[in-house]
Amino acid sequence: MPTNLNNALGIHEYALNLQARRAELLSSNIANADTPNYKAQDIDFQSMLADYAGKGNGPVATHARHFGNAAQAGEDGALYRTPTQPSVDGNTVDPQVEKAAYMENALRYQATLDFVNGTIKSLRTAITGQ
Amino acid sequence: MFKIFDVAGSALSAQTVRLNTTASNLANADSVSSSIDQTYRARQPVFAAMLDQARSGDQTAVGVQVKGIVESQSELRQEYRPDHPMANEEGYVFLPNVNVVEEMANMISASRSFQTNVEVTNTAKQMMLQTLRIGE
Repeated sequence: MPTNLNNALGIHEYALNLQARRAELLSSNIANADTPNYKAQDIDFQSMLADYAGKGNGPVATHARHFGNAAQAGEDGALYRTPTQPSVDGNTVDPQVEKAAYMENALRYQATLDFVNGTIKSLRTAITGQ
Repeated sequence: MFKIFDVAGSALSAQTVRLNTTASNLANADSVSSSIDQTYRARQPVFAAMLDQARSGDQTAVGVQVKGIVESQSELRQEYRPDHPMANEEGYVFLPNVNVVEEMANMISASRSFQTNVEVTNTAKQMMLQTLRIGE
């Protein structure tokens, strides 16, 4: 049990934010499924979370000016998707892939919410002592 | 999170425009005319990502907009029907350059995209509602 209430939710707070942003990105991909020259984007959730937790698999930044893992992506961690099949109009959205990713992300969001709810419940039990 | 409703909403409106042009094209597929200038031409919307919106803010999620509607410049069909009331002096009538098969495929694609975006909105709504019920 965390003693500092600020960190009571631990990594789940960050994960929730990341999943919300990923949902936005994927919805943008789905919305632009028919837009010429639109390039699909996504967040590498695992590496972003690992970066946050401070145990990334990649090279460790030991200096302030080193590039970290997240530096490969934009500041917000958005990366362009590698298209599975070429399209004449320059669009790289594969609707099926995006739909599946969106659903998966929604499920993960719900799971994270469940974890947060559980933490809040145990905190409440601790406070009320019942 | 609220951004999803904007993005999916913009896609819904864009797909509606696409369905509208398809309906117009199909309805006018056989609209005969006696001169080239007055003949109906197939029209298609041009989609574009709202990149200016993305540049102004820190958001990477962008909606879709209809940049404009272009008329097809492919050749019109010309038929020799001297008995037709709309025939010109040489006995020709002009038919629109609407490709019905293409329009049907377009219609199905547009309605599928519409459905997908409705589902995206619904899922986002569920996510929001569950977030609101946090800690209950």
